Amino acid sequence: MADTMQFDLVSPERRLASVQAREVRIPGADGDLTAMPGHAPLITTLRPGILRIVKADGGNDDYAVTGGFAEISAAGTTLLAEEALHVSEVTPAIAKGFVARAEENLRAAKESGHQDLVDDAAKLLADMVAMGDHIGIS
Amino acid sequence: MPSLKDLKNRIASVKSTRKITKAMQMVAAAKLRRAQEAAEAARPYAERMNAVMAGLAASVGGSDSAPRLLAGTGADQTHLLVVMTAERGLCGGFNSTIVRLARARATELLRMGKTVKILTVGKKGREQLKRDYAKHFVGHVDLSEVKKMGYDVAQGIARDLIKRFDAGEFDVATIFFNRFQSVISQVPTASQIIPATFEGGAEGASALYDYEPSEEGILADLLPRGVATQIFTALLENGASEQGARMSAMDNATRNAGDMIDRLTIVYNRSRQAAITKELIEIISGAEAL
Repeated sequence: MADTMQFDLVSPERRLASVQAREVRIPGADGDLTAMPGHAPLITTLRPGILRIVKADGGNDDYAVTGGFAEISAAGTTLLAEEALHVSEVTPAIAKGFVARAEENLRAAKESGHQDLVDDAAKLLADMVAMGDHIGIS
Repeated sequence: MPSLKDLKNRIASVKSTRKITKAMQMVAAAKLRRAQEAAEAARPYAERMNAVMAGLAASVGGSDSAPRLLAGTGADQTHLLVVMTAERGLCGGFNSTIVRLARARATELLRMGKTVKILTVGKKGREQLKRDYAKHFVGHVDLSEVKKMGYDVAQGIARDLIKRFDAGEFDVATIFFNRFQSVISQVPTASQIIPATFEGGAEGASALYDYEPSEEGILADLLPRGVATQIFTALLENGASEQGARMSAMDNATRNAGDMIDRLTIVYNRSRQAAITKELIEIISGAEAL
């Protein structure tokens, strides 16, 4: 079995990465998962979090993603992110912007009165804050 | 017969017009390159998105639980036409071809007794449609403040559309835009976005995937994104088309101005020579008369 697979990270505006990867750690909606070569075909939605790519040479590459979905197949892994930034590009201001937007969503959801929406938005906010903390530490 | 002075002024004014059209052509060429790159860069996302959704739609679409964005409202009465044009003119037939296509569709739908609603994106389409369809307008998206066509713009439009759809304002939404083929050829295109349709169709392999959380959950999450992606693609294609159309229109204008300057210069030189000859004749005949 090959020990690397093709990994593509694309956002609506551009292709961010297209590399050979040993493994990819994906912040899935139902929990983090690691895709390695030969993973069973899977499509999952994402929650905001950190995506870690372990490249063929063993080096790491981290990206902050705010949502989207990942497609894992025999041919490789493709991650379609709504917004994605290399962690080095995430400034405190950008992280604050994400959190502010999530808070805005939460407020709008509360006004609409749908409990589902409020829960979703609250979760999103928590994820955003956690992501910010993570980047702050690393 | 215009005087020499008139001709001179005329030539000077055509020359300055040529300078302007030449400059506009060069600006359009530079913007076109950027717009094409942007459209190119957005393609992988749109293609994957389309493939995944087509696969999902094929497996979920038949069931009763299919989301409304995919299955539609079951009715076909109210049509929303989203007409995407440019904010500026001077780009040849770019705006008119989109408007003509939209107008043809609107006329056809009205003849069939359907209700037509029109949402315009970009100022030029609004101006052209205002005379005949003002009472069908339901909204307008102003892009004149948008410096760089980003995904957030498309998301905003998509969110607005979905809100209207959820509120039951329309059954079918179609977007009108120009698909970029080359600098001299842009194809006006109508594409239905709600209920969702997919180009190509499902691949057979899609059924093999595991889905997390569930097929329905993912589909419900993806459909709004699909709408935004399609609008984003259309906006980018439109952007590239606009610059391409402007570039060729301004190229023509520059060439026409050049021809006009040549013609005017010939007339100018002829009348100048005629005036000199006339003066000479007057002098000679005056001298002979003595």
